[in-house]
Amino acid sequence: MNVILSWAIDFALLCFSLAMLCALVRLLRGPTPQDRVLAVDTLYISGMLTVLTLGIRFGSMIYFDIALLMALFGFVSSAALAKFLLRGEVIEP
Amino acid sequence: MSAAAVPLWAALPAALLLVCGGLLTLIGSLGLLRFETFYARLHAPTLGTTLGAGCVLLASILVSSVLAQRPVLHEVLITVCLVMTSPITTMLLMRAALFRSQD
Repeated sequence: MNVILSWAIDFALLCFSLAMLCALVRLLRGPTPQDRVLAVDTLYISGMLTVLTLGIRFGSMIYFDIALLMALFGFVSSAALAKFLLRGEVIEP
Repeated sequence: MSAAAVPLWAALPAALLLVCGGLLTLIGSLGLLRFETFYARLHAPTLGTTLGAGCVLLASILVSSVLAQRPVLHEVLITVCLVMTSPITTMLLMRAALFRSQD
C-alpha cells in the first residue's frame, strides 16, 4: 500500500518536472512578452505543486507555508508584469 | 518517513489523485509549448492551475488528515487563493495582448 503512494508521488514529481521544463522552453523561446509572462505563471504553479507533493512525501507542515507563499508572491509578480505590459507602469500616479 | 503510515483505503485515492494532477499539469504545459497563437496558448495552462492543483490539494488534505487523525483543512487556503488569483492574471494578460496587438 505504501508502495502505491510513493510510486504515485514519484510519478507526480516527474510530471511536474517535465511541465516545468516545457514552461522553461516557452519562457526562453516565446515570441512575445505575454508568452514569457504566461510561462512564468505556469512555472511557479508547477513549482508550488512540486513543493506540495514533497510535503505529502515527508509529512511536514513547513512545505504548506512555502507553497502558500509561492502562490501569493507568484500572483503578485505575474499581475505586476501583466499590468506593466498593459500600461507601461506598475503603480500609476 | 510519513508516507509509510498511511492505510490502504487512504493511500489508493491519494495516489489516484496525485497521478491525475501530475498528468493534467503536464498536459497543460505541453499545450503551452505546442499551440500556435498566444490566444490558444493562454487557456492551456489553466488545466493545470485549476484541476491539477485541485487534485494535488485534495490528496494533500486526505493524507494529512489521515496522518493527524483529525480533519486538516488549511490546504483549502491555497485553493481559495488560486481560484481567486488565477483568473485575474489570465484576464490581465489577455487585455495586455489585445492592447499590444492594436498598435
